[in-house]
Parts: sequence; structure tokens; C-alpha cells
Amino acid sequence: MKSLMTGNEAIARGAWEAGVRFATAYPGTPSTEILENIAGYDEIRSQWSVNEKTALETALGGSIAGARTICAMKHVGLNVAADPLFSSAYMGVNAGLVIVTADDPGCHSSQNEQDNRNYAKAAKLPLIEPSNSQEALDFVKVAFELSEAYSTPVLFRITTRLAHGKSVVTVGRRVDVKPREYVRDTSRFVLMPAQARARHGVLEDRLIQLEDWACTTRLNRVEWGSRKLGIITSGIAYHYAHEVFGEDASYLKLGMSYPFPKKLVEDFAAQVDRLVVIEELDPFIEDAVRAMGIEAEGKAIIPRLGELDSAIIAEAFEKADSKSPPPEDVTGRPPMFCAGCPHRGVFYELGKLPVTITGDIGCYTLGSLPPFAATETCICMGASISAGLGFQKVFNMLNPADPKRTIAVIGDSTFYHSGMTGLLDAVYNDVGLITIILDNRITAMTGHQENPGSGYNLSGQSAPQARPEEIAKALGVERVTTVNPYDLTEVKKALDNALADPHPSVIVSRAPCALLKREAVRRPPYFVDQDACRKCKACLKVACPALYVEDGEVHIDNASCVGCGVCAQVCRFGAINQTEKTGEN
Amino acid sequence: MANTTSIMLAGVGGQGTILASRILAQLLLDKGYDVKMSEVHGMAQRGGSVTTQVRYGEQVDAPTIAPGQADFILSFEAMEAARTAHFLKPGGTIIANTRRIPSLPILIGKEEYPDDIDERLAERGIDVRWVDAYSIAEELGNTRVENVVLLGAFSTVLPFTEGAWKKAIAQVVPPRHVELNVVAFQRGSRLT
Repeated sequence: MKSLMTGNEAIARGAWEAGVRFATAYPGTPSTEILENIAGYDEIRSQWSVNEKTALETALGGSIAGARTICAMKHVGLNVAADPLFSSAYMGVNAGLVIVTADDPGCHSSQNEQDNRNYAKAAKLPLIEPSNSQEALDFVKVAFELSEAYSTPVLFRITTRLAHGKSVVTVGRRVDVKPREYVRDTSRFVLMPAQARARHGVLEDRLIQLEDWACTTRLNRVEWGSRKLGIITSGIAYHYAHEVFGEDASYLKLGMSYPFPKKLVEDFAAQVDRLVVIEELDPFIEDAVRAMGIEAEGKAIIPRLGELDSAIIAEAFEKADSKSPPPEDVTGRPPMFCAGCPHRGVFYELGKLPVTITGDIGCYTLGSLPPFAATETCICMGASISAGLGFQKVFNMLNPADPKRTIAVIGDSTFYHSGMTGLLDAVYNDVGLITIILDNRITAMTGHQENPGSGYNLSGQSAPQARPEEIAKALGVERVTTVNPYDLTEVKKALDNALADPHPSVIVSRAPCALLKREAVRRPPYFVDQDACRKCKACLKVACPALYVEDGEVHIDNASCVGCGVCAQVCRFGAINQTEKTGEN
Repeated sequence: MANTTSIMLAGVGGQGTILASRILAQLLLDKGYDVKMSEVHGMAQRGGSVTTQVRYGEQVDAPTIAPGQADFILSFEAMEAARTAHFLKPGGTIIANTRRIPSLPILIGKEEYPDDIDERLAERGIDVRWVDAYSIAEELGNTRVENVVLLGAFSTVLPFTEGAWKKAIAQVVPPRHVELNVVAFQRGSRLT
């Protein structure tokens, strides 16, 4: 039966069909839905891990213990998991292990657009790149066969367009793959120097064998058209190229681009007049072609930055019919905190303080934008605390009498991911960093995934609930305060107390994400009393999408207001009131 | 591919563009077309501009629509119609919702909501058909069906029967909401 599937759904389905029994991941756009879909298959035990490193280590353990295992993460997540990644190549697998990396050309939802194909080369792992959902499904199954045949983890690289793009797939049946027996083998699984040296040799031999396989696999194919132009391409770029040239070019489409299939490339190059490599981001294939001494064009005409599309390729070949008209200059529409978002009040107060604010990865990165203009850094997961520690240490050093203060702002899931270690650092080094943990009870930005503090696991079963306060205390933080972020006075008081304390402190700001139906409280909406309103527009400084200006008057949209009351606390004239009292006063 | 039809749905995060595009894609799949659909998740959903791109035909290559390549744009919001207008091919059509959703710079009083969208689109020689989907959704008692009212308005530019659309709605929308969505669709289809 044919159906429309995203690349992520197709990978989940492919893993299920391949007899996978175990799956791990930490959520991250654009990879998140792989595990969410896998969670729907009863035959697979799946889990959210607290970060990508633990996810990959857990997956590796699962594979060695004997179950076909898949592990998924976004591209920058693989940086976190790089340590076990490199070890896994040395060790090899028992049952098949496929590691999905979801890259984000164009930075739709990421801090960089690194090209993780480079990890395959660096860690010496076979690399598979599908071009559409059907290939994603089919190639995952091939990846598990390859993994077991050569005893190697397989790196499976997709990009945002593939992960979130839907295309037509025909599904197959699940094969029942028997678990493999685990046999103690310290020569492989204990990477002490003596063993590691030997394993390096095994790994290099494996790469030579894998290159032979890459030259014969159906994942790499030639499509002959006109031989005047030969295009070597992979992933989504194949479809852009094919859209532009159709039969007017020949294609060497690489579904497995590492180890590099040199023989195939040599044969193809010899049969075309002009050779061009079309790939997104880095010249990964192009460099390999050139290293063979074959002349090819590539990044000289194809951009290194951002996503490609068919128009960019047509233009690169001066094949565009006519320049399309320029875009209209329209007022921007950056993302913003939702109505009732618990982060709003915290950033409203933070924006007023003469401190340095280090931020982190989550919806609250938006606290760097006007009108709050609070957050000053966003580096990577967990870095708010550790970079904040660095800031505070240097501020203390440079101005011991009256150092500027630093406040780190981090979400609950990010704190569990990699904030806890930084906090221990702050305590250990007794640096007076103030850490605000925005506990909105869910991993919000990626679309509401459960985390160790949410009380549920990936399958929706109840799970032990981590408490950020208890963790902070256990790490040695003495001043730990919990605040209701909708109460600006309470937030301000906690900040003042923390600022008066020269030692590390933690403020837990707790209120559920306004979109989290199971916990969020919807109170009666507020309205602006136009007679009392002095039109000062101070309320607009909370940047709530429920507030709007019409004919010079501020109004509150009844349907979007969730009654959080932050705007009412900002009004000095008492002009913003709740439509009906909840009765508790 | 020359015989590929490209449709861009543009709106503001939270307006239900993804659901509308899923219904559209399901209909096209039911009709036996090759379909590709591209959407963006993540941070942009927090009140930012969002687009979903749907392409169909005998065989579709690229999943995205390049500037100047869209046959149709269905805009869920007035300003977004202008923002995406350069994706339209010459002779293409925009169906646009009259709904105005102020963006952050407008909300905080730094900029004004543009009043000249209609003129600017006319200057580009674009055929725009404005519809007020929000009012109809309000009349139906649930503003969340604004997206399906718009889909109904859009349906009249494509050669498919109401029955085919209804079938697609029933496959995509949760059962308890099908009836309301079908009504919303029908009301929308009478707008154009």
C-alpha cells in the first residue's frame, strides 16, 4: 500500500521492518519524530535518553548485548556523542547498529549547519544517505545488513528536507531477526591501548572491504542520460539536480558515499564530457573526487551555505529561464513567546538587570530578541551554565571589588542534558553564578517530548520525576529558590536575593508550557479598561501575541489570552483586568 | 519536472497550515499522483512565518518550490501573502485570507502593519482572491477551523470533486472533528 511518509516516519518504519528491537535518542529538530514514530511499534523498546552521548552509549550496549538497535539525533547531537562514536568504530557491533544523524542545512532550528558526513570519514564509519522517504525506508534495512556483515555501526545521514518532507512510500513486512548471543570478548570491547592498537588495524582493513562493497551496492547507481554533463550527487541534492537537468545529464547517485566508491567514480568520470559534483554544504564528495586526480567542478559554482533548491542549481549552470522578481520587503515575523508562556515574566525582569545573561538551547533563546534583549550568548546545549561560570570567574578576576554578575538561563530538559555537570563545576570552584532553571515540565521547543522531570517516558508510562531543586542541592548549591514565573514580584525578589549572595545559587522557575494541555492552567482572559488606560503602552514590553494595537488603543484578544496576568502586573494604572475573578481571592 | 504543480501554503505558526496541507496531500495521493510535501518544524512554529510546500504530478523531483515556481499560493494571513509572493510563477494565483496577525515588531510598536498589501500585489500583476475565512470560522463557533475554510476556498482552483476532498478530510482529521471540518470546507468553497 502506498502512503505519504516523512523521512523520519520512513526511517522508523524501515527500522521496524529490519527487525530492530531497541531504539534510543535525545530529541532534536529535525530528528525528533524518528523515535516518536518508533515508540508506536510494540516490538521495539524505545527510550528518550538524557542526552545524545548516553543515547549512543546505551544503543551500543544494546547492540553488543544482541539486539538490532537504532539511535537518532540531530547533527549537533552527534558532537555530544562523538566520544562513543569513535570508540564504536573500533569495537564494531554484535547485532546491527545504525546511528541516524539529521543535519540542518539552512539552520532552520539549529545553531550551525555542520555537515556530518565529515564524521563518517573522521570516525571511519560507512555513510548512507537517502534522497527521499522510500529510500530512507529501504536504505535503513540495507544499513542493518551492512552493519552486521562488516561488524560496524553505520552512520545514516539525512537532512531537514528529508526528515520533514513527505513523499510516497510502499511499505514492506517486518523480518523477525533473532537476537544474537552476546559473548564476552575483551579484545574488542575493552579498548585498552593494546587492544585499541589492534582494533585500529581491523578498522582500516574493514574500510578497504567496505569500499569494495560501496562499488557494487545498489545504493550507488548510475543513470545515463546525455553524456555531455555528468553529475555526481547524493541525498536531497539529487532531486534538485534531476529536476533541473532530467535526461540532459547523466548521474552518479551516491547512496553510500563513504568509504568512497573510487572505481565507480573513475568509470563514470571517464564517460562524461563535463563532471560536476552537486551536494549541499561541504565539498565532501568533490574533495574525494579531486583526491583521485580527477578534475571536477563543484563548490566553484554550487553554494556551500544553506540549502540548495532547483533554482540555485539552474542559476549555477546559467540555465535559469528568467530571474524571478525580488521578494517584497515586508515587516519581519520572528518567532516569539506564545501567549501565556511562562518564560515571559522571567525575561521581562531579566531584561531590566545590569548583568550578563548566558542563554541556552530552547524556546527561551528568544529572550535575546527585543523587547527583552536579555540573553547574550547561546552556544550549545548546557553552555549557559559553564560559559556563565567562565564569565563570572573573569568578571571576578578583573574587578574583584564589584564584579558584574552573570545569570545563566537554562530549560529543564537542557539542564538534565548537560547543565548539571556545569553546575557542579560552579559549586566545586565556588563561583557566584546565578542559574535560572526554566522548568516548564516538558521538552517544549522540539514539540513536547517527555524528559526526566516530566513524570512520563517516551511510551507515555509514568516515570520517576527528577526535581531540579533536589539535583541542585545534591550538587552542593545552598541557595535554591522556587518561583512562580507569572508573579513578577516573586521573580524579582528571588533575583535580588541571589544577586546579594556571592556563592552559586539556583532559581527554579516552575510553570508548565502554556501549550502543554495536561498541565497548563487556563484562567479567565484579561481585558484593557480603555477609560483607565493612559496609552503608555508599557504593557507591549511583555511582547505577548494576545495584545494588539488598534487605532492607538491596546486590546487583548480574548481567544488567545490564557489569563497569565503578566501584562496586568506591568500596567501602573490598573487598566488591565481579568474578565471574571477565579474566586480564590 | 514540467508537469509538476506546485502549491505553497503560507501562514503564521499555530494557524494550522500543516493540517491543511496534509489534507491536500492526502487528496492528491488518493488521486494517484506522486506527491512531495515539505514543512518546517521547530522554533519557527512559535508565532513565526511558516510555509508548507506541496508538489504533485506524475513524478515529482524537488520537494521544495523555488522562487517563481509556485502555481498557487494559499496564504493564511495578509502580510504572509506579500512575503511569499515572489514564489508565484507568472500567471499564478494567490488565494489569501484577509486575517491580519501583527508580528512582534508591530506588537511592540516598532513598526506598523502594512496597509498597502493589495496594491503591492496588484503592482506585481498578481491575481489575488481575498477571502475572510476567520469570520466564517467564528460563525461556525470554532476559529481553529479557519484553516479548513481556507482550504475550501482554495479547492475551487483545483480540478477535484467535493467528494474527494471530503474523503481526504475524513482520513486526516480526528473522527470527532470531521463533521465540523467538512462544513467549514463547504462554507469556504462558496467564497471563491
